[in-house]
Amino acid sequence: MSKPVEINEAKFEETVLKAKMPVLVDFWAPWCGPCRMVAPVVEELANEYEGKVSFVKVNVDDNPKTASQYGVMSIPTLIVFKNGQPVSNIVGFRPKPELKKNLDTALAAG
Amino acid sequence: MAESIKKYDVVIIGGGPAGLSAGIYTARARFSTLLIEKGGVGGQIINSEMVENYPGFPQGIGGIDLTQAMHQQATKFGMETLYDEVTGIKASGKQKTVKTSQGQFTAKAVIIAGGADRLKLGVPGEKEFTGKGVSYCATCDGAFFRDKAVAVVGGGNAAVTEALELTKFASKITLIHRRNELRATQIMQERIKADAKIKISWDTVVLEILGDKAVEKIRLQNVKTRKESTLPVSGVFVAVGSQPATGYLKEVLKLDNVGAIIANDRLETSVPGIFAAGDIRSGSIRQVISAAGDGAIAAVNAGKYVSG
Repeated sequence: MSKPVEINEAKFEETVLKAKMPVLVDFWAPWCGPCRMVAPVVEELANEYEGKVSFVKVNVDDNPKTASQYGVMSIPTLIVFKNGQPVSNIVGFRPKPELKKNLDTALAAG
Repeated sequence: MAESIKKYDVVIIGGGPAGLSAGIYTARARFSTLLIEKGGVGGQIINSEMVENYPGFPQGIGGIDLTQAMHQQATKFGMETLYDEVTGIKASGKQKTVKTSQGQFTAKAVIIAGGADRLKLGVPGEKEFTGKGVSYCATCDGAFFRDKAVAVVGGGNAAVTEALELTKFASKITLIHRRNELRATQIMQERIKADAKIKISWDTVVLEILGDKAVEKIRLQNVKTRKESTLPVSGVFVAVGSQPATGYLKEVLKLDNVGAIIANDRLETSVPGIFAAGDIRSGSIRQVISAAGDGAIAAVNAGKYVSG
């Protein structure tokens, strides 16, 4: 079982930008209903993609710099990072099949 | 996916208050129950920070908190949840087949509680700037617009709630409404008119959302005078209504002229064994309590159908 790990700004470079594996970052906040709604779906994805993608969560309330650096103005936003670069950006909650398709496309590219 | 088709007594489509209430009833009545939800459990009410009119919560309760509690309650009685999108339903006699994007299930009864999808504004710039200033959820994104000017588009309860929510963050809120009166309930209208931060632009429509990397301004038109104007804003919150999520049901069930499912007072649709509950049903008053009530009615009658 693999669960998304909550990280903060200080850990972002090491955990996301320098990661060897692609990383899906879930930008969220506790007061955001859709973020809490999408959380169990993201957890399922974390299990299904174990070993292929690592999953982390960034609370935009506590980490506003990281959020604004990547232009996050709406949450939930899911960004996939590959080799330190954002390669896919999903704003708002989406059906799980669509999230998977997006993730597969991001993994296949480059 | 797997070739074997899983069988249930009841399949519920949609995880908002209607579907969750139905699940509490069918699972508690010991019918094997699967709830299929495309996004996440909760429905439209999760966008409400505080639900003030659901009985039993005099202080109000968060939309997400209420629906997560409903989900726990149904799960406790044995309801299973699947996150997938339903693509079709086929009825042949007493057996119904529910197809999803990744598999299929059979059920003796199906309760459709898929709710409604938020409508888009449909103007240039909306898609381009979604997540860059265009938002459909003030409780989610309000904090990104601290001390900034924003616009809210719409005139119903959703729009007014969004505008009031934004007063916590934004410096100035313009509510843009195409008519000259609001459809929102009286108490919401009183609150919005009493708030100094909110200005209402009557008889006005948005023509275009403009900006470079993010939203900078919107182009407006007064529908009576035809006069155009520009309003500098950093955010545009869209709350222009919703549409029943029945796209995949057009060939299966009788729908009304807005696409909502026609059901009788037992919430039976035009196909025996298929029931409709909540905002997806024609004539729904679109409240959490009526959705929950629909869920219970549909569940009890689905139970009778399964046992009968």
